[in-house]
Amino acid sequence: MTAPILKIQNLRIENLVGDVLVDNASLSLMRGKVLGLIGESGAGKSTIGLAAMSYARGGCKITGGHVEIDGVVIQDLSAEGRAKFRGRRIAYVAQSAAASFNPAHTLMDQVCEMPVHHCVRSRIEAQAWAVDMFRLLELPDPANFGARYPHQVSGGQLQRAMAIMAISANPDIVVFDEPTTALDVTTQLEVLVLIKNLIRDYNIAALYITHDLAVVAQIADHIMVLRQGKIVELETTQSILNSPKKTYTKELVADRQTSDVFREIILKDDQEVILDAANITAHYGDFKVLKDVSITVAKGETVAIVGESGSGKTSLARVIVGLTKLTSGDLTFLGKKLSPSLKHRSRNDLRKIQLIYQQPDVALNPRHTVGDIIGRPIKFYFNRTADEVRKRTLELLEQVGLPADYYYRKSTALSGGQKQRICIARALAAEPTLIICDEPTSALDQLVADEILKLLQQLQDELNISYLVITHDLGIVRRIAHRTAVLLNGELVASGATSTIFKPPFHPYTEILLQSVPELRENWLDELSARRAI
Amino acid sequence: MFRLIITRVFLGFATLFAVTLLIFAATEILPGDVASAVLGQGATPDTLAAFRIELGLDRPAYVRYLEWLTNALQGDLGVAMTNKREVLDTITPRLYNTLFLAGYAAAIAVPIAIILGITAAINEGKWIDRAANIVTLGAISVPEFFIAYILILVFATNLGWFPSLSTVYSDMGFWQKIHVVALPALTLTMLVMAHMLRMTRASVLAIMSQPYIEMAFLKGLPRKRVILHHALPNAAAPIISVVALNLAYLIVGVVVIEVVFVYPGVGQYMVDGVSKRDLPVIQACALVFGSAFVLLNTIADILAILLNPRLRHPR
Repeated sequence: MTAPILKIQNLRIENLVGDVLVDNASLSLMRGKVLGLIGESGAGKSTIGLAAMSYARGGCKITGGHVEIDGVVIQDLSAEGRAKFRGRRIAYVAQSAAASFNPAHTLMDQVCEMPVHHCVRSRIEAQAWAVDMFRLLELPDPANFGARYPHQVSGGQLQRAMAIMAISANPDIVVFDEPTTALDVTTQLEVLVLIKNLIRDYNIAALYITHDLAVVAQIADHIMVLRQGKIVELETTQSILNSPKKTYTKELVADRQTSDVFREIILKDDQEVILDAANITAHYGDFKVLKDVSITVAKGETVAIVGESGSGKTSLARVIVGLTKLTSGDLTFLGKKLSPSLKHRSRNDLRKIQLIYQQPDVALNPRHTVGDIIGRPIKFYFNRTADEVRKRTLELLEQVGLPADYYYRKSTALSGGQKQRICIARALAAEPTLIICDEPTSALDQLVADEILKLLQQLQDELNISYLVITHDLGIVRRIAHRTAVLLNGELVASGATSTIFKPPFHPYTEILLQSVPELRENWLDELSARRAI
Repeated sequence: MFRLIITRVFLGFATLFAVTLLIFAATEILPGDVASAVLGQGATPDTLAAFRIELGLDRPAYVRYLEWLTNALQGDLGVAMTNKREVLDTITPRLYNTLFLAGYAAAIAVPIAIILGITAAINEGKWIDRAANIVTLGAISVPEFFIAYILILVFATNLGWFPSLSTVYSDMGFWQKIHVVALPALTLTMLVMAHMLRMTRASVLAIMSQPYIEMAFLKGLPRKRVILHHALPNAAAPIISVVALNLAYLIVGVVVIEVVFVYPGVGQYMVDGVSKRDLPVIQACALVFGSAFVLLNTIADILAILLNPRLRHPR
């Protein structure tokens, strides 16, 4: 039995004010094996991943335990000694490749920096190696790919370049920190396959950090479930998926499984059509983002717009709210023509269409109290007395499931899920007919997202509001949408009742989208790539 | 990118045009005019009126503005009302002196400020960072003439290394000039360093919180390389613009220093012009200052455009 390449013992990490971010975490990783770290945001997954490199983000400190790489306790080393391990023995792949590549240097410069600095390869050797890798990972025009700057290539290509950069100095261990979270489902699939192959071919030991159980199930040999900085369970992948022991793990697995299941939603018939967007075409400059797209939304109905980034789904929402001007087409709302420009819409039209944003963090003014935030649209649209506004605000708080004493709190003191509830309450305050939800749960953790979706459904049942949900997550669509429209490159490729869209015969693109959603089975990725290759 | 640069140059000219309008408007609303200033209190209304006609002050303002603008565009800055000499002939050697002093101070201040700023960023929170901050902040917290007199006291009176008067003549040799102008240049250096140093430090540190800097550390690179190679290129734009702003200040903001050291620059000429209500002189000096500002800031903006990889290498 050989010794583990990475060993972490009783690790404890605290931030500046002494909050414990990671408590008593131990793990060991053998050469060529993959350990998945899974948990909600704030569970300490990234913190452990970075601690493995003896690195702590601003203000945090490793206050206990130790990290051993190949028998050397690296936090005992000097700064120079640690730097010799980083990149050379243990490398890092970050979540957002777009933010983690330096915008001022070419990709080749950045990929070759590590091997040259750590004296693994000369610059010329490193370049030749990089071009080979670009070719291997199917990047476009491999000979010249390195001459490009980060902003000149797509997110999926950057993420692949980052994986290449990580292994450029032949490390023993690679820490993958949510490497596919920022990507579209179809791109995620490609990158996942490539990462899996790299790990296998180069016999790399990996820490794979993610919040998606189905993703980690494809890659990891063992899975560590984390919650609030503590290890909940550490078992083989098979045992986590099939026989989770702890309640929290059971919840995670069960919740992920239900999102795979298609939930039949009965289509509401004979409802009055409230929004009719007919033959919408829109441009950004000379670029056509929407090509002759038509959708309708009926009263009390949820319509999902599905597509990858760049498909025009957000542009469609912007056209409907009047932020982007349409080039041709008609918007009819509640039987009346809706002005294409925000400025020319009546206050009543504005009130009846509300928005819920993707990132509740930035959608709420950090200086305002919850009461101010929810009360503002009530004052603005309905001209009520201060007492009435307060009463109504408290009603809304109750409706979205928040306690009344949140009224005086600032939104910054709340969690992501609570913030999104406040955004929903703010939208409801205007008493809208239609709420446009732009990726309402993609910034939230799995279990929290689930609660928000339930809340949206419950509110729809109570108030008979319509939703237009923009999302790339087919799990959400299958759970809440009555009807679905699939967009590809600004064109509507399929639309109809959700149950019909997701049953054969598919539109070929819908099928690709559906297949690309990771399933909670161990061999899903292998089966799929085998099938695709044929 | 090319279009952006052209636009920026065009905007520079537009700004300059607006500056000429402002200068003319400002000199129009100055209380009193050259006629009453030259003739003094003993002037009768008749002699004043006659003198005004002689100077052309009776014509409408827009006519005089257009005349002044077209002349200035052809390099004719007019004739000083008080001594009847060509403004251009007086201003040229003085402008050369001003630029000499500004360039002298800049050659010391800019490299030191940027290097110290980067060093402070590398050693954030350590003694060198604090010392650099305290010294430079101290220097701008006291009035400029105070620093000037302190320097005179130490280096001219006590040590006798440099002269306390910096009057230069056109027949002086280069090194002799460097020696004579050392004290005003040093004073100016201390005045502009703090701003540039702090801005360099702040821009570099702002970049230090970017994910790609964390990535650079995780690649195992030493702090020095991370800052010089990864942070600095991305912090260059704000540094360049603050340098440009300070260079402009070196040219236009040195009147007090010129007075203290009796240095024959444009600033003193302008002060003389204002006290004598000599409109062509004031206008010419203001035009020189305005042009210096616009020119330096335009150059800074163009450099920032050139340094932006997104603009340099479009998709």
